[in-house]
Amino acid sequence: MSSHLASPDESGSPGASAPGTAIRLRGVSKRFGRGERTVWALEELSLEIPRGGITGVVGPDGAGKTTLMRLCAGLMRCDRGQVVVLDQDITRDAAAIQGRIGYMPQRFGLYEDLSVAENLNLYADLQGVPRHQRPERFQMLMQMTGLAPFLGRLAGKLSGGMKQKLGLACALVRSPELLLLDEPTVGVDPLSRRELWAIVRRFEQEEGTTVLLSTAYLDEAQRCDRVLMLDRGRLLAQGTPQWFQQQVQGRVFRIRSPRLTPRQLQAQVLGRPGVIDAALEATWVRVVVDSPQHARAEHLAPGVDPVEVEPIPPRFEDAFMELLSRDQGEQRPAAINVARSGASRAAKAADSDVVIQVQDLKRRFGDFWAVGGISFQVHRGEVFGLLGANGAGKTTTFRMLCGLLPPSGGTLRVAGVDMRRAPAQARARIGYMSQKFSLYRTLSVMQNLRFFSSAYGLRGRRRRARLQWALEQFQLAEVAGTDSGQLPLGYQQRLAMACALMHEPEIVFLDEPTSGADPVARRQFWQRINALAMQGVTVLVTTHFMEEAQYCDRMAIMIDGRLAAVDTPENIRLMAQSPENPEPTIEDAFIQLILAHRKRQ
Amino acid sequence: MTTPKPFAPAARHRLMRLRGLVRKEWLQIWRDPSSIAIAFLLPVVLLLLFGYGVSLDAKDVPLALVVDNPNPDTMTLCGHFERSKYLRPVYFVNMRHAQQAMLRRQVSAILRLRDDFSRENLQRRGTIQLIVNGTDANTARIVTGYVQGVYARWLADVQQRRRAFPPPPIQVQHRVWYNANLRSRNYLVPGLVAIIMTLIGALLTAMVMAREWERGTIEALMTTPVSMGEVLLGKVIPYFGLGLGGMALSVAMARWVFDVPFRGSMLALLAGSVLFLLVALGLGLLISTTARNQFVAGQVAIIVTFLPAFILSGFIFDIRSMPWPIRALTAIIPARHFVTILQNVFLAGDVWPLLLPSMGVLALMALVFLGLSYRKSPKRLD
Repeated sequence: MSSHLASPDESGSPGASAPGTAIRLRGVSKRFGRGERTVWALEELSLEIPRGGITGVVGPDGAGKTTLMRLCAGLMRCDRGQVVVLDQDITRDAAAIQGRIGYMPQRFGLYEDLSVAENLNLYADLQGVPRHQRPERFQMLMQMTGLAPFLGRLAGKLSGGMKQKLGLACALVRSPELLLLDEPTVGVDPLSRRELWAIVRRFEQEEGTTVLLSTAYLDEAQRCDRVLMLDRGRLLAQGTPQWFQQQVQGRVFRIRSPRLTPRQLQAQVLGRPGVIDAALEATWVRVVVDSPQHARAEHLAPGVDPVEVEPIPPRFEDAFMELLSRDQGEQRPAAINVARSGASRAAKAADSDVVIQVQDLKRRFGDFWAVGGISFQVHRGEVFGLLGANGAGKTTTFRMLCGLLPPSGGTLRVAGVDMRRAPAQARARIGYMSQKFSLYRTLSVMQNLRFFSSAYGLRGRRRRARLQWALEQFQLAEVAGTDSGQLPLGYQQRLAMACALMHEPEIVFLDEPTSGADPVARRQFWQRINALAMQGVTVLVTTHFMEEAQYCDRMAIMIDGRLAAVDTPENIRLMAQSPENPEPTIEDAFIQLILAHRKRQ
Repeated sequence: MTTPKPFAPAARHRLMRLRGLVRKEWLQIWRDPSSIAIAFLLPVVLLLLFGYGVSLDAKDVPLALVVDNPNPDTMTLCGHFERSKYLRPVYFVNMRHAQQAMLRRQVSAILRLRDDFSRENLQRRGTIQLIVNGTDANTARIVTGYVQGVYARWLADVQQRRRAFPPPPIQVQHRVWYNANLRSRNYLVPGLVAIIMTLIGALLTAMVMAREWERGTIEALMTTPVSMGEVLLGKVIPYFGLGLGGMALSVAMARWVFDVPFRGSMLALLAGSVLFLLVALGLGLLISTTARNQFVAGQVAIIVTFLPAFILSGFIFDIRSMPWPIRALTAIIPARHFVTILQNVFLAGDVWPLLLPSMGVLALMALVFLGLSYRKSPKRLD
């Protein structure tokens, strides 16, 4: 992706205000809540976004991305400072500016009980698009989004990717000067994500629209012309993606060893001094170090031989992790060791040791088949990933596996128990962490832990031991007295996981545990999963982050209620191998599967 | 909210936006079975329930008769009771049995004619003993009245037949005005119209506005050039129409299914309904400015509008018999004024001196609530 800007303004000073400025923030602060519960979403933020091009906003959860978007759209008023959008002060001229911008909120603002055409017409009415201009504009938008065949369909019945595209089309009914997109691609399948990007890029180039877009996917930041990185309400860095990459130039390597699996190697590397980040990448472990001298094999993986280390070109994500670790410093918890002392890793079970057996599982809601006949098996001690876009049927499958939802057809055995007959017997042996964490938000961390331990029937010494274990292993002791609803997302996720593991289940189901979490929290989470699997716990996990598939032993790709592929991540990745693409990613494979699926329809 | 002059949208644009919003709202109402149910099914169910099921009249009340010494006089008195359509006499040989029957709720009252009944009666010192089950105070009062009425008629009869005594100098001739048959249905059904319109106006509006917040659609609405006044108007117009539809349905049912008389004019009915509907809509919108999820909005709307309309509007419970603080409280219950208007228009006709003050209060309330909800809806999320 080439940059459209000659050189970025790295100083971040608002002094050099060019006439071509789309957004200018000066000393902007925004707080939520009052008194002791005050949270500063933005603190003394000053920045400038030039006209033209796509500017990306990235940052961990709670960095202030959405608040920034809403301030620029005139949806909120800042407590201090000044927001100037398209050369007008937003606090004074909100209505006038709103006539010149397009905005797509995170939940895309569609009326689900209105059809595609009715949604478009509503937004055209609201934006004052003259009737005679509409047929042409609508046709162009529909053709671009591929929604033309679905004009009469209710928006609520569209797939996740199509909803996002319709949301985007609604924001574009009248060619806006500035387009604000708040995480437009979250939870969407990778092909739809690419299509959305193509649409945005086309508008930027053909109509000269300035685009400000926040995203949780760091690979998307690389497609932007400029990137703003926020952390805890402050601007951490800004520049072109190339500038970001230069920050870690010469400090990114990949290593592998035939003696260890990438996951084992990663666990080892992460604990080493000088290592900023270690992530799985196909058969390699991608490592970012603080200085090249720490990239030696004997330093990264002492006692392992042979180890291959080679330098690779940096990506945006590497710089992001580097900048974040520098900013958050010692606040970042050190590497995690969840494995209990003495608990030796259960020998990799034989193939016969199947703990989950699913055969032609189906579930129908009304006339909609959420799960349309899937079959797979999971072995003891395995990490099994279920990948798919929002609405693919992942959560429905999980609920059936946990006995929370009766299947419409098929057989399913969990821990040797037929879930259709005796779900209660199996439940004591499984742990379930739902997407929304299911914590009692008004209870403190300790009260939540106590409640779940008693709900699972723990008593006396064992209960005390497990409570102690949860506080230690999930680093919750410091917040034991805090209301869980007040905690940052990362802590909530840890607490929810501790609750689900309280009774030492054999099988754990984790539904979208990393959704909405920042990359740092996601890395830690996978370390915990790794440690659990090492103890012989079977882990089933759903995610819509493609790169996370690498952390699984085996995985399934789910599209529209069906399994498109079940295999090891490596084999799935290689499905997309071709002379033009010798080193495909999981995402490439996923996109191929979606294309095949769309062709079948 | 400020609308800067150079970019002030033309009236044409404003109209286009408003039309878009109203159309959207209609489509949503039409496709959401629950709003159709509240607007049309609920009125029918409520009307049938109150029209047929709930009645404050006492009919065929079982009355225990204990006659110590049967003679021609007691026979004719019992005959009068037999002919009453409100009472159903049951004979008992002694008081003990009658009391047991009362305990088992087989009878609501006991009338005892002692063995000296004839003699005493003729000496104009006649006393009869009436014991009434006071558990249900309302029925007890009605039964007492009925028994006295029957007894008085019998006495007059006897006197006339025997010409033994001159007729009493003053005779009470009572007439019941406005509801000659004292059918409770005649005043319950018009009162119900107020309840139904409260439901459509306040409950439905509060919930649909909260739905915009809950589903996040308000966020997308707010970033368009639309003004909050237009958004509110876009809600008021469709639900105003829906409310009038619900009212027409209720009035038609009252008139032709329940035979409630309609003595006033359509004009008075329409004027009162329009004003009340505006008040209800204003309240609904006001609730939704603070309660931003459907569940809370629904609960608040029921507690703030529906329950007071039921209990404090004079629809079932007479306001004049309430203690004064509560009586004072009813003055700020919109439904109370509307019930006054409705009962007047249906049963008495257009009594303008009574209607106008109530309409004035409603107009004032509509202004206050609609104005407040406009003031409290800034075009911002925080």
